[in-house]
Amino acid sequence: MSDINSNIPEGDLATKWTKYKSSVPLVNPSNKRSIEVIIVGSGLAGASAAATLAEMGYKVKCFCFQDSPRRAHSIAAQGGINAAKNYQNDGDSTYRLFYDTIKGGDYRAREANVHRLAEVSTNIIDQCVAQGVPLAREYGGLLDNRSFGGTQVQRTFYAAGQTGQQLLLGAYSALERQIGMGKVEMYTRHEMLEVVKIDGKARGIIARNLITGEIERHFGHAVVLGTGGYGNVFYLSTNAMGSNVTAAWKAHKQGAYFANPCYTQIHPTCIPVSGDHQSKLTLMSESLRNDGRIWVPKKKDDNRKPTDIPEDERDYYLERRYPAFGNLVPRDVASRAAKERCDAGYGVGSSKLAVYLDFKANTERYGRIEASKSGIHNPDQETCMRLGTEVVKAKYGNLFDMYAQITGENPYETPMRIYPAVHYTMGGLWVDYNLMTSVPGLYCTGEANFSDHGANRLGASALMQGLADGYFVLPYTIGAYLSKEISVKAIPTDHPAFIEAEERAKGILNKLINIKGTKSVDHFHKRLGLIMWDKCGMSRSEEGLKEAIEEIRALRAEFWSNVRIPGSADELNTELEKAGRVADFIELGELMCIDALNRNESCGGHFREEYQTEEGEALRDDENFAYVAAWEFKEGVNFELHKEDLKFENIKVAQRSYK
Amino acid sequence: MSTGNMNLTLKVWRQKNSKTKGALVDYKLSGISPDMSFLEMFDVLNEDLINKGEEPVVFDHDCREGICGMCSMFINGRPHGPKDLVTTCQLHMRSFKDGDTIVVEPWRAAAFPVVKDLAVDRSAFDRVIASGGFISVNTGNAQDANSLPIPKLQADAAFEAAACIGCGACVATCKNASAMLFVSAKISQLALLPQGQPERYRRVQSMVAQMDAEGFGNCTNTGACEAECPKGISLENIARMNRDFASAKFASEESL
Repeated sequence: MSDINSNIPEGDLATKWTKYKSSVPLVNPSNKRSIEVIIVGSGLAGASAAATLAEMGYKVKCFCFQDSPRRAHSIAAQGGINAAKNYQNDGDSTYRLFYDTIKGGDYRAREANVHRLAEVSTNIIDQCVAQGVPLAREYGGLLDNRSFGGTQVQRTFYAAGQTGQQLLLGAYSALERQIGMGKVEMYTRHEMLEVVKIDGKARGIIARNLITGEIERHFGHAVVLGTGGYGNVFYLSTNAMGSNVTAAWKAHKQGAYFANPCYTQIHPTCIPVSGDHQSKLTLMSESLRNDGRIWVPKKKDDNRKPTDIPEDERDYYLERRYPAFGNLVPRDVASRAAKERCDAGYGVGSSKLAVYLDFKANTERYGRIEASKSGIHNPDQETCMRLGTEVVKAKYGNLFDMYAQITGENPYETPMRIYPAVHYTMGGLWVDYNLMTSVPGLYCTGEANFSDHGANRLGASALMQGLADGYFVLPYTIGAYLSKEISVKAIPTDHPAFIEAEERAKGILNKLINIKGTKSVDHFHKRLGLIMWDKCGMSRSEEGLKEAIEEIRALRAEFWSNVRIPGSADELNTELEKAGRVADFIELGELMCIDALNRNESCGGHFREEYQTEEGEALRDDENFAYVAAWEFKEGVNFELHKEDLKFENIKVAQRSYK
Repeated sequence: MSTGNMNLTLKVWRQKNSKTKGALVDYKLSGISPDMSFLEMFDVLNEDLINKGEEPVVFDHDCREGICGMCSMFINGRPHGPKDLVTTCQLHMRSFKDGDTIVVEPWRAAAFPVVKDLAVDRSAFDRVIASGGFISVNTGNAQDANSLPIPKLQADAAFEAAACIGCGACVATCKNASAMLFVSAKISQLALLPQGQPERYRRVQSMVAQMDAEGFGNCTNTGACEAECPKGISLENIARMNRDFASAKFASEESL
């Protein structure tokens, strides 16, 4: 039985959002002017919300830790953004996007939220194009689409391999417009360190000015966190170096439930680790799987150059195991299949932890089409490859250049080596249908919340969700709360709750700086990452998770007694910033293991070795685990489980099959 | 797994904050792998400094995949170092030789004051965008995305201008510390699209005025900005901006 209320409106799934949107209480324009909203984070979910709320007339303050809101890590998203436009006339619809997303998430997402996401997906594309976002077009002048994993339609809009960059710069320009008009106050190089609660409601934040070290108090009638995912708990991930869980974790410690923390997405196509010095991993977009074929040699420890291995000695294992979806199976399935081959001894490269992503067949095919366009009949292979390379260059040039730059190898001549890496976190702060956390007045949007992707996110759905939340959902749903707050005057920041929250934040900073131990912050972060990757990564077991929990607790104790942070707290101090974030990652890591241990089933990105089918596929337990695990923080780093049952009234729950 | 065998001498700009003077400080590094990125080499330096009880070098960086535009080192006299079309974070040590001396400085421009060590304040760029680098369309106002076809070549040209990552290498390399390449890239992106037309002449005037107010220098057509831009933004954008600016000032009804 659910013991938390998701506040999903009654009624038919297809009309629920439209009806609700039309009946949410409104705040009149003159009242909006005196209502202040704090937005933490300036990525797709934060910037879009900040711009839209300011356009609506609210007073907005927006915070980011980078030097400009344009740096937020949404910018690095490569492949694309989904929308149920059906421009390709291939049978797409709101329902099909909804269905694919629920199935892709392995039946662990909320129907009502996902349907709403699919509904507003089309508005996002319209909005972005109107802002001047240069999405890819065809010669007829209309928008182009491509395929992504887990779907059989072409619904992904893109801008070369820089879709996230272009969408973020669109949201950023909308945000800067409001800043220029004086309707948003922007605080760059500021990090949120505490949520301030008054009478149980979120009423502001404590932030640190990262340049001066000054601790600041900021009031808001409501607080929105659009602070991204927590993949950096693994140390090595595709996230930016600064991506962190701190804002969400501080909110968690103030009463916001943290949902499904163990649902992490391991992306199948990343550049493999090259050495111990590695600081981050780089993604090769899922869009490459449109044209690349994934394989390993059929022979173990085959040390020949990939180009010397003949066709019949290659194992295209995704095409072999999943003929219907082939190389376009969802990410969790593709990642596990790569791990399975490498574990069995078929991996390639010096580390043997890599598989090939090969473009030759499709390059040749493109070359043949180009040759025929130019009237060349029976072209030889060299001509095909030359012409085809031009086509591939136009589609993925920046990704190929990036690969060459990082590995020193030419991917036009030899297949890419790829391996799975931590990429996205489906878990996050629990939110209701209004995107409000379990703390009244505290909202959470984008990757930072848990709401739409279940146990596995489909490619090109993160950009969709971030912008859906910020442009089209939160600006409506926040009215349900703020309409009741119109009589609340701005609370002065000398209120005891602000002073107390500031003391908490300062206390942690002082404690960290005064440990004066012997090991750097990175030392602890790397060790945490190894524990998480080995025992709470692509596959998990009861035994491993129990060990991990003990190891993380020991690591936490060691961190708090032996971390070394040079410098002081009243200046720009990047080690102090990192230390605060790693301290929170250590606590989160423990909760992730606890959650993974609690979930005695395999679903999506969460794979428990004890629960698999004979063919090695994830084995769900719908009878006992069709629920959202929402954890409440308790004194002394303890956690209490609350459950939100997932009801599927519009989709028949089935074993997920991509065969 | 790679093993490191490069020995390097670094001369790194150290400056406590915007109010104090800075200086180049020498550091010796050994065991550097050619597979490391330039910033990973700095991670090694910082780990050494922390272990010795010294303060690590502060530098801006975030995505480390060449797209966020936050990294900003001036390496051996060139922004983002010796390779063309590459940001500092994507520069790898295989571009250097064992025994090299590498000089690393922050961006130098009056409009980009040093914050600490190698980190500078580029908020002037944000203020230029806030002055007009947008299309005034509120959320919810948009028509269907395919209702306005845009010729592919025009859309592609807009995209090429939009590829700017706002890192500021163009300003850092320019002898006049001009921001023309950055400003013109945004102006071009929007001027090339039908959606950008209503505000086209207003936009160019307010952005140029803000650019001047921030203290960026003028353009003397040296072309260093284009040569050093990690994203290959073309000088043509500056020509387009100048054309639009002249049209706005002399021919437009909306001269600001």
